[in-house]
Amino acid sequence: MNPKRRQRLFIVLFIVVGVGIAVGLTLFALNQNINLFYSPTQIAQGEAPEGRRIRAGGMVVDGSVIRSQESLEVSFEITDYENTVRVEYAGILPDLFREGQGIVAQGELDSRGVLKAVEVLAKHDENYMPPEVAEALEKAGKMPRPAGQEFNK
Amino acid sequence: MIPELGEYALILSLCLSVLLAIVPLVGATTGNALWCSYARPLASAIFAFVLFSFLCLSWAFLHNDFSVAYVANNSNTALPWYYRLSAVWGGHEGSLLLWLLILAGWIVAVAVKSRNLPQDILARVLAVMGMISTGFLMFVLFTSSPFERYLPQVPQEGADLNPLLQDFGLIVHPPMLYMGYVGFSVAFAFAIAALLSGRLDAAWARWSRPWTNIAWAFLTLGIALGSWWAYYELGWGGWWFWDPVENASLMPWLIGTALVHSLAVTEKRGVFKSWTVLLAIFAFSLSLLGTFLVRSGVLTSVHAFASDPERGFFILVLLALSIGGSLLLYAIKASHVKSESSFSLLSRESFLLINNVLLTVICATVLLGTLYPLLIDALNLGKLSVGPPYFNALFVPLSALLALSLGVGTLVRWKQTSATLLLSQLWLPALAALLAGGVTLALLPQWPGIWAAIGLLLAWWVVFAGLRDLFNRVRHKRQPLAAMFQQSRAYYGMVLAHVGVAVLAVGIALVSTFSEQSDLRMEPGDSRTFGGYEFVFDGIRKVDGPNFHSDTGVIRVLRDGELYTEMYPEKRLYNARGMVMTEAAIDPGLFRDLYVALGEPLGGDAWAVRVQYKPFVRWLWLGGLLMTVGGILAATDPRYRRQAKRETASAAA
Repeated sequence: MNPKRRQRLFIVLFIVVGVGIAVGLTLFALNQNINLFYSPTQIAQGEAPEGRRIRAGGMVVDGSVIRSQESLEVSFEITDYENTVRVEYAGILPDLFREGQGIVAQGELDSRGVLKAVEVLAKHDENYMPPEVAEALEKAGKMPRPAGQEFNK
Repeated sequence: MIPELGEYALILSLCLSVLLAIVPLVGATTGNALWCSYARPLASAIFAFVLFSFLCLSWAFLHNDFSVAYVANNSNTALPWYYRLSAVWGGHEGSLLLWLLILAGWIVAVAVKSRNLPQDILARVLAVMGMISTGFLMFVLFTSSPFERYLPQVPQEGADLNPLLQDFGLIVHPPMLYMGYVGFSVAFAFAIAALLSGRLDAAWARWSRPWTNIAWAFLTLGIALGSWWAYYELGWGGWWFWDPVENASLMPWLIGTALVHSLAVTEKRGVFKSWTVLLAIFAFSLSLLGTFLVRSGVLTSVHAFASDPERGFFILVLLALSIGGSLLLYAIKASHVKSESSFSLLSRESFLLINNVLLTVICATVLLGTLYPLLIDALNLGKLSVGPPYFNALFVPLSALLALSLGVGTLVRWKQTSATLLLSQLWLPALAALLAGGVTLALLPQWPGIWAAIGLLLAWWVVFAGLRDLFNRVRHKRQPLAAMFQQSRAYYGMVLAHVGVAVLAVGIALVSTFSEQSDLRMEPGDSRTFGGYEFVFDGIRKVDGPNFHSDTGVIRVLRDGELYTEMYPEKRLYNARGMVMTEAAIDPGLFRDLYVALGEPLGGDAWAVRVQYKPFVRWLWLGGLLMTVGGILAATDPRYRRQAKRETASAAA
């Protein structure tokens, strides 16, 4: 191998190794920070991990919202009309949070199977249902009809 | 009648666009000057018809013509006239019409401003832009016409504009953003025209530079406005969420920034030519991708108002055609491109290359984080989202490297610099940055964390390296002080934009580390001290607006026991849609914002209240503004006009 080729080989090897490391680190960072979505049924069946950041979505169950009298703590249930999961949250809920509305909560499951939410998302549209929720409801065969046709149009 | 005229004008402009895409291109290929000369009048005609169509839609909004479905869905008689006008681009169909209008505007601007271009090049550029407008006109006419009627049952009242969008921010944010997105189509068209003609030289880079700078400046402004709007209107004081839609606008900006720098090298030194072309292709492709991501409804976000698979499919086809076609052309033609000069490792070329590589890598990581959930979903592997920590973990260190090389890049010379000369240039600004940074850190109430500290140091570094560069430029002049004001506009533009980077870095570092926030339960008379201010809640007043009812909170802010200001955060109920909206109250300042937002009523007279103290948050948008002004200054440098004149003269001779 002549010196010029050898130099070229080194450069190519250097680039390949460098890109490999960069891609590896990026994928590692990505894997540490993905939040998987689980439906209440999946959570009830124990598919969701405990103590890891997840997203859960469903419709807020009528009459399930309990507010604390002293602080901003609030607790409510979300359902895919098959199973329900209790969510606990401290803070200000989004404008469109209300009973019967589809929401997505981000947080961790504790040992009681309660989702300790750090963020609650509701979309700025009264008929909106998060796609994940719509799909979960569709799967469970519990999509509300005919109101369901109004969703996401 | 008038909406039908609007639709008809769109059909006419589609026909004209097809002509514009074909006739000048054939003329340029066969050397037929007559066919080439059709490009300019066609461009003006397209603009006139699209403008007419846009005015028709505006007329329908102003006159509350609810027989037009789009108007009925996005307007209301109670809406003030200025929001009725801005509602034109408040939904999917209208915002695409705005996209088209801006595209037509860019086409006619190129046609008017480029009289000095060789005729065949101008013909090719306008033909490529004609292809783009053909694609988008077809998209609007076939899948999302804003002029469709609700007949025969005309609604008596419109459904109202989404209250989130009833705001000054929305009036200006989309047009600015689109000016940027669509502006990259000019750089794209120049690149494709250069590839087609096989004349990739410094002249091409010089023609393309001012257009790219302007587009980049508008995109910067659009992103900054979007961030500002999210800050005060979404209600919770965040300024960047790594939301997929924000990423969709950030990606073309990153590649556009790389393009602006790479064009400079191509113009001055005749190297990086094929790389520059590739960047121009990518910048526009990412703008198209952004439009696809936002408009197809594959993403969940505030912007995704229309989810219609047919539309998504159509844009996907457009995307595949334009990216595939241009990359194919690139693959065929770019191998013939030869560099006109060489450079050594320590040269400005190298550092601009580092800048380009870093920006591209940042863009790639953002792209990965944005598309990964879509990919996983498409493969049926589950639903997931990528959290902000991923983006922060990669974006922050890479941007720090970028700022570090920015300082060196401004001081290193073209072609070659000896290491000793470079060191003699660098040590003083480096020392000054360390000292100033140390003083800044000592003045802070506490240690801000390693990355914020690095950010502050680098901000000083960028400023001092720029000062050193200015000193080099003037010190051998007879009157150094006067020479400071006699530099070229392009130079001042560069300096402003780089100062903007420093200001932005300071803003990000401080607002991320020293923001304070707390959610409180407050009853009338309750008070809370926060960030050196005392907030007293005086209860709620009922106020009626033109199309909403509002619960307005009254909050007295005391400083050292004396009344400082009163703030009125609102909770609005919009009548037409029954939607609840939070209107935050902000006391802005150059060094800190006080931010109060109302949560929900908690029974009795108690309300949830969020109070925030945001130091240096204005610096984020100030930085963006400086970059915008810098970009525009650089683009209007008289050099481009003089050069163009000289070229015409030599061509005529």
